[in-house]
Amino acid sequence: MAKRSAPEVNAGSMADIAFLLLIFFLVTTTIPKDSGITRKLPPIEENDEDVIIKEKNIFTVLLNGKDQLLVEDELMKIEDLRDAAVTFLDNGGDGSCTYCKGAKDPRSSDNPDKAIISLKNDRQTSYAAYITVQNELVAAYNQLRNRRALELGPKKGFADMDYIKMEKSYDDPNFVGNKVKLKEVIEQIKIEIPQKLSEVE
Amino acid sequence: MSKFKSKKDNSLPAVNTASLPDIVFMLLFFFMVVTVMREDELKILNRLPQADQIEKLDKKYPISYIYAGKPAKAYEKYGTEARLQLNDKLAEISEIQAFINAERAALREELIPKLTVSLKVDKEANMGIVGDIKQELRKASAFRINYTTASGDAKKNLE
Repeated sequence: MAKRSAPEVNAGSMADIAFLLLIFFLVTTTIPKDSGITRKLPPIEENDEDVIIKEKNIFTVLLNGKDQLLVEDELMKIEDLRDAAVTFLDNGGDGSCTYCKGAKDPRSSDNPDKAIISLKNDRQTSYAAYITVQNELVAAYNQLRNRRALELGPKKGFADMDYIKMEKSYDDPNFVGNKVKLKEVIEQIKIEIPQKLSEVE
Repeated sequence: MSKFKSKKDNSLPAVNTASLPDIVFMLLFFFMVVTVMREDELKILNRLPQADQIEKLDKKYPISYIYAGKPAKAYEKYGTEARLQLNDKLAEISEIQAFINAERAALREELIPKLTVSLKVDKEANMGIVGDIKQELRKASAFRINYTTASGDAKKNLE
């Protein structure tokens, strides 16, 4: 009886399999990237003169040590904060704001440029609650900016793009379109609806 | 019968090792892919709050990280109050300015004003420590900050 030697396994395709796996992992992996709410701190000023701001142009948000929310001296649920902030910013009391759709209540803010949101928190306030409030206030600004972007965009050739999408496209190197023009639109919206969020210590 | 006798000797054929490099490369690539580079080893609890109005933190510009939260299990000797961590060690609030200056010294000059400070604060920390950090950053003239959060529904933070 002859002993047959075992046939050699063909290993030629091994490399292909390895490359297949490599490519699979390369494609599916996303490098985790940090994201968050970006803020700019105010510089410390030596002699700060008191700027007179009308009471009606200030939207006070107070977050106490028990994480309770007090908006314009009234208790409010966090769910309602975004709408309240939008109503305040969008009021357009003095009529100079042509893109506002608010109630034009003379007792509320004059225009988005003058409207200031003042956020005050306690030392005992939890960071989670603070971030939630910050998030809602940024959301209010973004809501208005998105609305404005949808109005402005089609005239400038950027139809169906809200503000968030515009900013994303601007940072996207693969974006096909006129970036210079897009930057102009973004800047215009930023000027029309500036983020004026002041924090009290 | 000798006609049928195998000419080869009867020892087992050598195992083919031609594919060994492939296997090794595969493992190498796998580990390359799954490895996440860690900037610092955390000595504090760091569960970030969630938010949905977030911007990506661009790595194009330099970022410094400041962590805050209560000490992790292995470091309970430092108490249960929220503490600050800079680089690899727990720090005091007063060390922030020196930390920022050290970070700046490592940068090219044109990038210094672009330095962003990423605040990674545990959601259970209170605003006292965050306020102190912010005040120190203002003193150090590091005005660009980012409250680093996870992405998700912000209202879940309060539950």
